[in-house]
Parts: sequence; C-alpha cells; structure tokens
Amino acid sequence: MSTERERDDEYESGGGTFGDYGGQYVPEALMPALQELEDAYERYVLENEDGFMDEFRERMRDFGGRPTPLQRADRLSERYDREIYLKREDLLHGGAHKLNNALGQVLLAKYMGKERIIAETGAGQHGTATAMAAAHLDMPCEIYMGRTDVNRQRPNVYRMRMNGAEVNPVEAGSATLKEAINETMRDWATTVERTHYVIGSVVGPHPFPQMVRDFQAVIGEEIRDQIQAKAGRLPDSVVACAGGGSNTMGTFHAFVPDEGVDLYAVEAGGSSLEIDEEEGMAPNSATLSTGTDGVLHGAMTKLLQAGDGQIVESHSVSAGLDYAGVGPELSHLVDIGRVTPANVDDDDALNGFHRLSRLEGIIPALESSHALGYLEEEYETLGDLVVVNVSGRGDKDLETVLEETEKRDLEAAPEIEVFDG
Amino acid sequence: MSDTSTEYDSDIEAAIRANHPALITYITAGDPSLEDTEAYVEALDRGGSDLIELGLPFSEPIAEGQTIQAAINRALAAGTTPEGFFELVEDLEIEAPLLVMTYYNMILQYGGSEAPRASEEASGQRPRAKPDVRPFVERAAEAGLSGIIVPDLPAEEADPLRDACDDNGLDLIFIIAPTTEGERLDAIMSRVSGFAYVQARLGTTGARANVSGATHDSLARLSKYDVPKAVGFGVSEGDHAAEIIEAGADGVIVGSALIDIIASSDDPSDAVDALEAKAAELKRGARRGAETLTDDPEDTPEPEQP
Repeated sequence: MSTERERDDEYESGGGTFGDYGGQYVPEALMPALQELEDAYERYVLENEDGFMDEFRERMRDFGGRPTPLQRADRLSERYDREIYLKREDLLHGGAHKLNNALGQVLLAKYMGKERIIAETGAGQHGTATAMAAAHLDMPCEIYMGRTDVNRQRPNVYRMRMNGAEVNPVEAGSATLKEAINETMRDWATTVERTHYVIGSVVGPHPFPQMVRDFQAVIGEEIRDQIQAKAGRLPDSVVACAGGGSNTMGTFHAFVPDEGVDLYAVEAGGSSLEIDEEEGMAPNSATLSTGTDGVLHGAMTKLLQAGDGQIVESHSVSAGLDYAGVGPELSHLVDIGRVTPANVDDDDALNGFHRLSRLEGIIPALESSHALGYLEEEYETLGDLVVVNVSGRGDKDLETVLEETEKRDLEAAPEIEVFDG
Repeated sequence: MSDTSTEYDSDIEAAIRANHPALITYITAGDPSLEDTEAYVEALDRGGSDLIELGLPFSEPIAEGQTIQAAINRALAAGTTPEGFFELVEDLEIEAPLLVMTYYNMILQYGGSEAPRASEEASGQRPRAKPDVRPFVERAAEAGLSGIIVPDLPAEEADPLRDACDDNGLDLIFIIAPTTEGERLDAIMSRVSGFAYVQARLGTTGARANVSGATHDSLARLSKYDVPKAVGFGVSEGDHAAEIIEAGADGVIVGSALIDIIASSDDPSDAVDALEAKAAELKRGARRGAETLTDDPEDTPEPEQP
C-alpha cells in the first residue's frame, strides 16, 4: 500500500456531495441510520479508531489475499505493440474486487454492534463477497437478487448459500439489480435498528459512495506502487469497466490528482445506445455516456431515464454492469473532464472475454471483458504504458458466454459447439 | 377544488383542524386508469375524506410495500404521465383539498428545459436542462393541488422544494418515522407545513392487522409541536382509526386498504361504492376514537376545533 498521499478532497464538500451529485435521498426512517454510519465511517475508517483499519488491512491480506499482482500481459503487449499491464483483482478471494468493500463494511457493522447483514447483488459477486465476509466474521446474512440474475448466475447463488447466506429472489420489474436494491432498501427500512445494509458499489446515499470508494481505493494504491516498481513510472492510461462504479473508483481514486494519467471508464453499450421510451427500456447500461441527472436509490447522479423521470430498464450481457445508475463521484469526474466515459457493445465484450482467455490464460468476468474490448478498439489512443483492471474472474459467466457466443459470429471465439458434451 | 392563492395559507391544516378527527385517504393515480381514478377520488370525497393524497407513480417506489408497488405498476402500465395526472386533478370536483405524493425524481424531471403544455404528449426527447423543482411545483399549484409529500426527500435535502412550495402557496408535508428523534425532529418540524405525517411503524406502507406501539411513542414526542399530526402506514379498519385518534392523533391516513379494494374488483367501476363505504367506515372509526377521548376526563384531548 502506498505511503500516505494527500487526498484530493477539493471536490468533496460536506454532506457527501461531489459537485452537483451525491446527497441523501432516502425515506426518513433511514436517516438516523445514515447518520450513525457516517459517524462510524469517520471514526473507524478515516481515523482508525480502535485499530479498525489495521484489522481491516490484516484481514484483507490474510483472508483476502492482498496485494493482488500487477501482471505484464506479454501477448497483449505484443499484439498492441505497447506495454499492457493487468491488475489481477480476479485473484482476490472470491474472484473479484468486491471483497475489499464487503469485508470492510461487514467488519464496520460488527464494530457498530449491528446484528444482521443484508445486501443486494446483480451478478452475484457482491453477494458472494458479502456472504464470505459475513461467514468469516460470524454475522447472519441475507442477500436479495433479481430472479433474472438468479437464473443467469447460478454458481454464485450456490456459493452464497454454501457460505450460509439466505438468497431472496426478487420478482419485480426486470428482476435485476435495480429491483434487488429496491427490495433491500425496504428490508433495511423495516429492520434498520439492528441491520447494516452492505451496498455493493459506490452508489446510494452518503456516506456509501465515499466509504465504498475508500475500501476499494487499495486497488489503485497498489497499482501506483507496482507500476512504478515494474515500469519505473506512472501509466499513460488506466482502463476499468463501470457499472455502479466500485472497481472504477477503486482503480482511479489514487490517480485522480495525476493529470498525466488518462482514466477511462468503460460501460456496457449493450446492443444499442438508444433509449426506447415507449417500452421503458435502454438496451445498454451506458449511464456515464448517455445518462441524464436525477435521483435514484438515495443519490443525485447520472441515470438512464425517460423524459418524464421514470427509470428505464437497462441491459447488458454482463449482469454485473446491468444497472440504470452510476456512482455520483464518477458522474462528477466525467463532468469535469477528469474521467473519460466510453462504452463497448455486447459483441466486443464477448470478444474481449475470449481474447484474454486464449492469449493470456485468464478467464475474465464479463464486466472486465468490456475494459478489454475497449483496449482492442482504442489501444492506439491509450499511450505506451496502459493498465487494465481485471475486476473479476469469469467462471460465473461461463453459461452466459456459451449461450451468447453460440448466437453470434464472434471473431475471437473458439468453436463452441465442438465441446458440447 | 380549493382555491390557490399566491399568499401562503394552508388549506390542508385548515381542513384537518375543521374536520377533526380527520380522514386522509390515498390512492395511486392511473390505477387501473385515470378515468377510474377520477370516479374513485370522488367516491372517497363523498365517503368523508377530509384530505386526499393522490400518488403520481414512479418506477422505483422504495418506501412502498407490495400493495402500492403493484398499484404503481398498474398505473405505469396504463401509461400514466405527470401531465395526465395534472389534467385529472383539474377535472376533479371534490370538497377535500388534494395533495400529490410522489418521488423526488418525478419532481426534478418535470418540464425538462421548458414546461410542456397540457396538450403536449411525451413525444421524442426534449433537450434536458439541469433538474429543477420549480416547473413541477408551479404546475401543481396551477392544477389546484394544496400540498406535496415526497417519501424519499428528507428535510436536509428539501430546501429547494420548501422554497418553491412557499412561493406557490403549497404545503410540504414531511414524514416522521419511529426513528426520528431529537435535533432531527426539531429540524423537520421547523420545515413542515399542513400536517406531520406520522409513520406508525418501521418499514414500508401496507395494511396491517393492528396498531403499533411505536405510534404512541411518536405522538408523545410530537405533542409539543403545534402542527396537526396524522398517522399512516398500516391503518386499514375503523377500529384502527379509533385507536389512533384515541392515542392523540388529529387524523388517520389510509392507503393500502383502499388499493386492496381497487385491486380485487373484477370491474373497475365496482370499486366506487366500496371505496365510499370504506371511507365512511374509517371516518366513523375516527369519530368514535375522538368520542372516547372526550368521554374520559383523565385524558387531555388534542387541539380543540377552531
């Protein structure tokens, strides 16, 4: 972990706002809990009261497996004729960066004297990480997950249950992450006095966006140290995929003050960037690229919404990116030009998945595959030294990838049907 | 409909105080259609509602239980828009003042860069300005609404809406939760107008079988504030209404129990009489609670009628 660097708090004003974004837009019953959480965050996370951060870092090392490697990708470097490094968050315990935040919050809940953990999950990686952290710290845990996601991410459902968590399928709407968040908020509003809601990304009301970012910031801090040790300088570009934005902010935070480092947030372009207002659908999850300002799930941020304010259903081949909102800090960093929003479509993401699997022997999550798809498309603009965050591993996505690949004519894909049975 | 005047004057507080103990009813506009809603609101008015809350549906109603969420889904499926909502309000012929209950994003997005006129359908994308609460509040006042309640807008974030409501003569109602205490309670009560919406229990909206003890605690905490207090979340029967008024509330708020009637009607028009009867039952219950109070000299009744 890096030495203490000055935090760039210039754009962080009181009350958890980032420029025009952030805030606390929740039912009144939750406001005292947010105040309690804010106090605990300031004391334990920011001031290391009772050695909280020391314990967190020790557990991240021994239970979590930090630091994760920064690996030079030899064949990608050769392919693109520049230095490509991969941050291997897929090697973190549980197979994704999600553990950084889940372990931090479950530990915090324990310090706060809460008795019960709830969480929502999209792809299941956050649910899995939360279930693991809760088992590790001996806390009862319930996970809400959209029915559609339960069906397309079964391995993670099994893993959550193996770790002792209850998984509650949510049937409403398109039965994905947005609906799971609604349902978890309702549970929290009912049980707030003894329950902590482990929000899975840099979204939601203050202090979640800031706190989750701080738990995830270890990714970028490690990259900074590791790239200087390996390449002797900071990278020209850092590329990370963005759904809610937790791995994005975790990767970028340490680099925000480094104006010479370009930051690319790659979203799910899905099948099209257009919104179908009649159907209330966006066949993408490209919120930073195409969204407009509004309030969803407790924060002012960029959203996929129809003209009259109804939130539209998002889409991505990757369940983990399939969300109509995004973190307020990312919205702000995009507005001020510090982060460049980008997107790749489902096909390019699938090609990214297959390419990394075949060239480097790393099966990436479909989320991360969007960042790899962007690398393929735009490497010429990214400079000579590029870091791509591999936010998670792709085992959970195999069924989806097989099914989606069979439907398409993908340049990077192997012959799928030959290993049918 | 009540008059809207530019000078601030609370129709809502007047209605609650004049009709003590007050019955406040809620249904979702557009469930199952705006035409049906018109007939339902008029039935609730005839049945004895002293104030009517009309929900403008939002796709992510995080404070609602399953009953109202389902009503919202039906209303959205029927194509309910903010403009359709306001036109409905303009068409209503009722005695009770009306308030709109909706989520903050619906208020922020109304009008976009310029407020659309009544005839303008949501066709195509307008260039979008920064969200602004004023076009919604101005349109609400113009349509004849008397107040606004926003379940996902805590007092801390409410100053822009509070100012816009003051400028347009609308009340802004806040919810007091069982968890609201101390300085927060003072801060909210300094911003509330019309009445304080007392949430009977933690959780989401939805009819329950009994009245929570949290109601008594909340009403006790609120007794020092000179604003009418109405209790909602879980009220479904005349006996609940009696109990709540007996506990010191000025009014009861009923929503999910009415929506259950709408949802279980085979033909939407069948619900009209049942809604009127249910409102009458609730109003009778509330009156019974008030009578119990005045019968018992040990208890000090809540504010006298003006």
